Amino acid sequence: MIRFIVRRLLSSIPVLIGIVILVFILVRVIPGEPCTAAFGEKATPTVCAAFSTRYGLDKPLPEQFVIYAGSLVQGDFGSSIRYGRPVADILLERLPVTVELTILALLFASTVGITLGLISATRRNSPVDAGTMVIANLGVSTPVFVLGLFLAFVFAVLLKGTPLSLPPSGRLSPGLSVVPLAQVWGLTGLTGPLRSLIDFVSNMYVINGLLTLNFGLLTDALRHLILPAVAVGTIPLAIIARMTRSSLLEVLGLDYVRTARAKGLKERSVVIRHGMRNALLPVVTVIGLSLGGFLSGAVLTETIFNLTGMGKTLFESIQGRDYIVIQGVTVVVAFIYLVVNLIVDVSYAFLDPRIRLS
Amino acid sequence: MSLNPGTAEALTSSTPETIAAHRPSSLSRDTLRNVVRQRSALIGLTILITLFLIAIFAPFIAPTDPTLSMLDLGEPGKRGAAPCIHLFGCAANLPQHVMGLDSNLRDEFSRVIFGARVSLPMGFLTVGFAIVIGTIIGAIAGFAGGWLDNVLMRIMDIVLSFPSLILAIAIVTVLGAGLFNALLAIGIVSIPVYARVMRASVLSVREADFVTASRALGESSGGLLSRRVLPNALTPLIVQGTLGIGGAILEVAALSFVGLGNQPPTAEWGSMIAGDRNLFFSAPHLIFFPGFAITLSVLGFNLLGDGIRDALDPRLNR
Repeated sequence: MIRFIVRRLLSSIPVLIGIVILVFILVRVIPGEPCTAAFGEKATPTVCAAFSTRYGLDKPLPEQFVIYAGSLVQGDFGSSIRYGRPVADILLERLPVTVELTILALLFASTVGITLGLISATRRNSPVDAGTMVIANLGVSTPVFVLGLFLAFVFAVLLKGTPLSLPPSGRLSPGLSVVPLAQVWGLTGLTGPLRSLIDFVSNMYVINGLLTLNFGLLTDALRHLILPAVAVGTIPLAIIARMTRSSLLEVLGLDYVRTARAKGLKERSVVIRHGMRNALLPVVTVIGLSLGGFLSGAVLTETIFNLTGMGKTLFESIQGRDYIVIQGVTVVVAFIYLVVNLIVDVSYAFLDPRIRLS
Repeated sequence: MSLNPGTAEALTSSTPETIAAHRPSSLSRDTLRNVVRQRSALIGLTILITLFLIAIFAPFIAPTDPTLSMLDLGEPGKRGAAPCIHLFGCAANLPQHVMGLDSNLRDEFSRVIFGARVSLPMGFLTVGFAIVIGTIIGAIAGFAGGWLDNVLMRIMDIVLSFPSLILAIAIVTVLGAGLFNALLAIGIVSIPVYARVMRASVLSVREADFVTASRALGESSGGLLSRRVLPNALTPLIVQGTLGIGGAILEVAALSFVGLGNQPPTAEWGSMIAGDRNLFFSAPHLIFFPGFAITLSVLGFNLLGDGIRDALDPRLNR
């Protein structure tokens, strides 16, 4: 097992280096001067020369890359050209929004998806099965942004004034504010990675509300996340439901399931304890693979629901030619994606001995 | 012994059928028969044929030019006006607009119809591009093996390690916004899938006896690849490709939605939604109709792809 993990870790190093190089090159070939983008009318040659020196843009490309890679290793992402703030700070503030959104969407997609797949498979060819698969097919085919806009219309306009109404934009209702955890716990003097971690957690408002037992904050933050999470989660949900169904149907046709039935086990126990355990293997992979879909969906959803997370930041910085931020966001997103796929691979090997022994 | 005349007649008349039934079966004919037998494939095919006919005959179906504002026709109208259908009780003195007017006073129905001309071909174009490049890369990697295989597949891994839409956004930013560049970006992002499929097929066929035999007969590498290996890899490529078209349509629409793809005033479903987003709460039909058009076309390709896959899966053929 350890050998498998080590081998898998080693093989992802060249990919990681490749990601860093690719992002560096992509960002440099974006047309448009960052200086003009940052200063607009005021971008005189003197201003731009000073600007280039300040951000090291006047150095030769290989040197820029070495400096960039060197500071990246130390966790320094540089400073944003537009906001003048360290990218690490921006990430710390905005990544939690996307993480929160993605986790909620993932929970929604996997619980509902697996349940639907299970129901469909056990009632094969029934109206319930047909209905579920029609919904799954439609879910897979609907663009995230159309679904997001529609959810906003239904829950914020049509159902306005009813208990089912949900807010269509932002993270919190006006008037609510969040106290940073560091302040609550009296740790404002703390610096370094631990403080960053606390701030990161603190910016996930749902977790913050949970930890400080501030249930008003908790429910309000959750209510703001429901619509975007459903929008982001629907396509993966449909994929997971279909995968669970076909995988479970395949497993239920195997000999050991017949043996389990012949032993006189209850149908429930045959399906859940014996069938699902094996059927879930490919589902785990699909969930891992759909993470890219979650992140892509987050870009669109964050714009629609006005959530200032990674997606919105990436989009704004591309339009403002903020090289340093684009670099930081893309590398971090690709890195997260890589790590999650690593975890999926390892958990897959953990669940299925045939893989780690091969 | 006298034959029952009815039997004799039955015998003679059944002869052509018997011969037809014993025609040597070919993969393509079997596949076609199986595809048509799949209900989902049939539904998908029906949807797609309808959409393609709509796209082809768009000028005859659409009541007005899709870029024409009602102002130019001297017709009174309100931005984002609701649908007005005479058949369903809309006053006869009002001009008929089956899907209402968009934010620039253009006939939404005409725009949705003409949108099919942009969205359907772009699915084919992106996937076609990705399949061609991916097949070449996969074939080289699988055939050459060694370090070249390693380098090519690691590059594919790097491309795959970005969420596809985010990488596509980055690529379009580099190339500049526009429909062609958006297609190119989605195409580039989808290459690795086809490269992997092709490489796997090459690896599995490379050592097969019939390939060794061809090689012994002096066939060149190129000949081996195009005549022996490629036909065997075609099945998974077609399945993957059909399923990929739906995804490509979704992604190009998403790029248009964020303003990086199709540029106005050309009618394209994704950019139509983006353009009328601000009117959404007062005129939801402007999101619904183009959104439904996207869903329908993606659904058509997905159902067809599922059907082809099931039809080609020998485990499901009974």
